[in-house]
Amino acid sequence: MLSYIDKIKEISSRLLKDGTVDMIIGFRRGTVPMMNEPHFAKTTGDVEQLVWDSNCGINLANYLANRTEKIGIIAKGCDSRNIVTHIIENKIKREQLTIIGVPCKGMIDKRRINAMFDGEILQVAENGNTITVSGDGFEKKLEKDDMLQQNCRLCIHRNPVIYDELVAEQVEEQQDIDRYADIREIEALPPKEKESYFTDLFSACIRCYACRNACPLCYCPTCFVDESRPQWVGKSQDPADIKTFHFLRAYHCAGRCTDCGSCERVCPVGINMRILTRKLEKDSFELFGWEAGLSMDVRPPLDTYKPGDPDDFIK
Amino acid sequence: MKIVKIDKKTWAAGIEKLTASYRLFGPVKEGDFHNFKELGSGEAPDLDCLNTRLSAKAIIYPQSENMFEYSLDESREDHHILKEVDTDYSPRAVIGIRPCDAKAFELVGLNFDTSEYKDPYWIKAREATTLIGLACSSPGSNCFCTTAGCGPFHEDGLDALVVDTGDHFLAKILTEKGEQLFAAAGWKQEAKAAGKQIEALKQEAEAKIASSVNTDNLSALDTTQLYNASFWEDVSFSCINCGTCTFVCPTCWCFDIQDETHGNSGVRMRNWDSCMYPLFTLHGTGHNPRGTKLHRVRQRFMHKLKYYVDKYDAGIQCVGCGRCVRSCPVNIDIRRVCELMNSFDSEKDTCAA
Ligand code: SF4
Ligand code: SF4
Ligand code: SF4
Ligand code: SF4
Ligand code: SF4
Repeated sequence: MLSYIDKIKEISSRLLKDGTVDMIIGFRRGTVPMMNEPHFAKTTGDVEQLVWDSNCGINLANYLANRTEKIGIIAKGCDSRNIVTHIIENKIKREQLTIIGVPCKGMIDKRRINAMFDGEILQVAENGNTITVSGDGFEKKLEKDDMLQQNCRLCIHRNPVIYDELVAEQVEEQQDIDRYADIREIEALPPKEKESYFTDLFSACIRCYACRNACPLCYCPTCFVDESRPQWVGKSQDPADIKTFHFLRAYHCAGRCTDCGSCERVCPVGINMRILTRKLEKDSFELFGWEAGLSMDVRPPLDTYKPGDPDDFIK
Repeated sequence: MKIVKIDKKTWAAGIEKLTASYRLFGPVKEGDFHNFKELGSGEAPDLDCLNTRLSAKAIIYPQSENMFEYSLDESREDHHILKEVDTDYSPRAVIGIRPCDAKAFELVGLNFDTSEYKDPYWIKAREATTLIGLACSSPGSNCFCTTAGCGPFHEDGLDALVVDTGDHFLAKILTEKGEQLFAAAGWKQEAKAAGKQIEALKQEAEAKIASSVNTDNLSALDTTQLYNASFWEDVSFSCINCGTCTFVCPTCWCFDIQDETHGNSGVRMRNWDSCMYPLFTLHGTGHNPRGTKLHRVRQRFMHKLKYYVDKYDAGIQCVGCGRCVRSCPVNIDIRRVCELMNSFDSEKDTCAA
């Protein structure tokens, strides 16, 4: 994926120069290992700062909602699906966008890599499928494929579904992926155990709402947890309020979530709240044969009614 | 000032003794991260922890803290009267706090304990707490304490500073409180001549700090020009206003007050709040003076690196612990922003409003 960057810069410079776009949304090199920062380029000079590697896991579609400029946006498979979702939800217009598609080979799981080493990681270098992690007195080579974020290991739409330019040949999609093994395990738990599973899952939550704020779907002008007249949810560390936030937010993402993994990636305490959105994703697929963000021409199942819609879950 | 030598073999026993007279807190590894926890019996602070994910501030200033309770039951005489809740202000001690977190309490004190305003909850908790610091002999790569008014062996805010020499610990007793704690632990073997050794280790540690900020020019800058600088759009673009930077920060002090009623009884509590949240400044009228993320990001950095500097003349509102750098999900780096601010030149800033 490292080789993509030359092409990204070439396309970006061209689009800026010929006035097709006012800005390019991409990434610039971060200041700590395994981090890149979402960034915009408005001049061909700024374009030089753009980078592309396996640390671009933030979903850039999140930076589009309600913008008025003409924008060039660098889009992985998942970003492109959230762009589609934004377009059908009227958060941005297709005509405003020039989508620079990136056939994606997955993003690495910084949290897992950090946890593998006792000492502080000072450098992470990438070369093809090899990730070299080094720090004071240690160096280790890892296979990138073994180090992917879970959402990327499970991803079946790595190629952008919508694009105007493509930075490289399409990649082969992963085959025979069982997306929901862990979800089925939780579904099978008796209610009491399910409850304690979720209590544990969210016990470290500090309610920063980074998961919500990093999610392209969460663009409500005032989120229900922030509503104060009336106030729906308490603001302390009460576990019931914390769970209320997570469950409700997940439902708001039903049939819209692309499992881009941004929410989990940004969580400062490493909570896998995607368990909830993936359960709803599984339901959307099993009940409506629906995967979010694949087409601009079909309305999502939750904003249409069809006589044949399944209803046997209504008890 | 007294220096005490602690044989590592007597460390655990000393800690155990302390539990008789203190509630003990220390860094403990939970899952992949370290955090400060109240230590159970037989539980030792993990001194191998580089630094905790969240700072130690919650030990004195919890994320949610009940201040008052009330009853709405009109059959009770005291209905609709706010009564102070019982809070445990018995002696507590934090073992293994890093110098940056201890110094941060001093910074917060400039706001919570002034001649004009006194925050009773913070002050009582602070007074009840003894801070036993652990000097950083291998600082992290994002630690920039030495240029943020602090340092790996910094003593401000601490009651004692423990230095790991490899074979044993050396502790500098800095206050009366520290004296008392050491007496309670039974650590009393004086090491009069060890001052030089500590000094040498200190210099060694300071030399390892590889990260820095320049702050020399901040107070001379014109506030309005800095506020209108063109770089704020660039700085704030990636921010998702999650507030993580302020929650993990030992020096961020903002809170919000909430009443929570269940049935007929309720509590008035305060919860950490953050200038990164739109709700923080939302007026009753619906107007929000910090309505965009640019406003909010600018506020955080202007407060820490300009308003605070000007108001207290005590340096920046940052001890250089590096947590916000490590935890920001989109990698907004205060060191970078500080450099932009410190080197700001209004003449050259063409886009400045
Ligand atoms: S979810 Fe798929 S498209 Fe998105 S980053 Fe991972 S592999 Fe790439
Ligand atoms: S990002 Fe993590 S800590 Fe923050 S609200 Fe979401 S789950 Fe909780
Ligand atoms: S809920 Fe999480 S995985 Fe789903 S679209 Fe939002 S950020 Fe991506
Ligand atoms: S942690 Fe980063 S993204 Fe979150 S509010 Fe702070 S600067 Fe913004
Ligand atoms: S601003 Fe950042 S580096 Fe400074 S004290 Fe706060 S968390 Fe630490």
